[in-house]
Amino acid sequence: MAGVPARAAAASCAVSDSEEPAVKSNVKRDPARLWTGVATVIVLLVLWSVADRVGWVGTSFFPSPGNFWSALQQSVTTGYADGRLWEHLLQSVKLILMGFLMATAIGVPLGLWMGWSRKAEALINPIFLLIRPIPGLAWIPLAIVWLGVGDAAKIMILWLTAFVPTVINSFSGVRGIERPIIEASRMLGIRGFTVVKDVIVPGALPSIFTGLRLSLQGCLTALVAAELLGAILGLGKLLYQGGLDIYPGMILVGMVAVAITGLALTALIDLAERYAMPWRHT
Amino acid sequence: MDAKLTHTQLAWLSITGLVIFFGTWTLAAALELAPRRFLPLPWEVAEAFVKLVKTPFSGETLQGHLVSSINRYVRGFLLAAAVGVPLGLMMGWYRWLDNVVTPLFDGLRFIAPIAWVPFAALWFGTGIGGPTMVIFAGAFPPCLINAYRGAKYVEQRYIEAAQVLGASGPRVIYEVLLPSSVPAIVAGLRVGAGTGWQSLIGAELIAASSGVGLMMVRAQGTLDTSTVMVGMLAVGVFGLLIDVALRAIEQYIQRRRGLAT
Repeated sequence: MAGVPARAAAASCAVSDSEEPAVKSNVKRDPARLWTGVATVIVLLVLWSVADRVGWVGTSFFPSPGNFWSALQQSVTTGYADGRLWEHLLQSVKLILMGFLMATAIGVPLGLWMGWSRKAEALINPIFLLIRPIPGLAWIPLAIVWLGVGDAAKIMILWLTAFVPTVINSFSGVRGIERPIIEASRMLGIRGFTVVKDVIVPGALPSIFTGLRLSLQGCLTALVAAELLGAILGLGKLLYQGGLDIYPGMILVGMVAVAITGLALTALIDLAERYAMPWRHT
Repeated sequence: MDAKLTHTQLAWLSITGLVIFFGTWTLAAALELAPRRFLPLPWEVAEAFVKLVKTPFSGETLQGHLVSSINRYVRGFLLAAAVGVPLGLMMGWYRWLDNVVTPLFDGLRFIAPIAWVPFAALWFGTGIGGPTMVIFAGAFPPCLINAYRGAKYVEQRYIEAAQVLGASGPRVIYEVLLPSSVPAIVAGLRVGAGTGWQSLIGAELIAASSGVGLMMVRAQGTLDTSTVMVGMLAVGVFGLLIDVALRAIEQYIQRRRGLAT
């Protein structure tokens, strides 16, 4: 879509393994676009408040702007579902980053190794093929049986969710390195760790980042699901409690918080990508 | 990169890998590193599978749960494709529609599909409607984005040729944009099918009256680890089947268009 970087669009729409290549949007930013967008949002906001006044939608189904506002105030000041909004937010973001970083720390080296060594691939791939089709969400009941509803279970779920795309994309990143580059490095006598540092990692980096993007997006979904199923704190807990109390205002607050978290995580990985691959953004 | 392996090497290494995996599992379970009810032996999971096929668990047999999951899944996915693909194509043609929908879509896109569960349950209940809406939320964005991109990257001269010949907007969409975007659309459907299936499992775990997800949550409640594992396998196998089928269609289309390598 034109309003956002095309890569972000690719990341959010694709949660399966290998990705469509990043496409640059060919739609130029034009003022008409901006103004129509702003107008649409304003029209919807007006419609929202009018719908509330006229009573088109019952507030037990969808909150009015007033409901939303008071729920937001409540969640920020006195707190809801055993915590204030920022506490829920912090808890969720903390868990996502922990699970994501642990999966990255193990998944990227493993994927690179499998890509570089065909023996390692032959050894590990069958196990990986068994685990890969099981979505991260499907691990939730097992994680709860094993580890309860605390942080440990969440991290196990997040780790498994993030691990699969990370390994696959690191692996295909190495396999995608052009043969002449590898041969040139051999000819120049590069050995050992230098090969990893100067050939494998830079060559696989674009693909690695595709994997990280997918895994981060998957982590948010998996964590919200896990927290909806049982948690002490977290955005999912907020949503769960809102659903339980039939409190549409609070549900909307939770959903907006989830969307903002998703946006922030995407921005974070964009930043990391810019930093890691300065040659791609000139 | 090392040299290609021979077939025997490949076979031996693969078998070694699987032996290590199942060996570790069996050993850990046999030594009771964790209580047996938390870590069943592999064949106990197989036994649980046979039992679930024959006797009902929380109201249905395994097949019964799968059928109700698939029923919801097909509805949600078809709805997402039926709305997402035409809307994406139309957005690729009508600039004003693109301008109106894109900001809304960009806002909604960052909401994880699972976060729709509370509203879905509130609006459509936990029978068929609620989970179907969550599947829709998961499968819709990839369907729309890919159709839109497909339409945006159609070669300009085809469109111009159609316009010179006097084709109207709907005809351009139907006879130029749609056929040229088929590969992109199918790719989007495949991604959407995957996210839709995941969203379904999530929705069923949290709020549903039947389905594989419900079966797993009930088993979790009684610490019936074998049944949970059977559920995971069922989810994995069916997800794999969907992906394999759509991948085959995708490759068939690409080959027919001479796009495959």
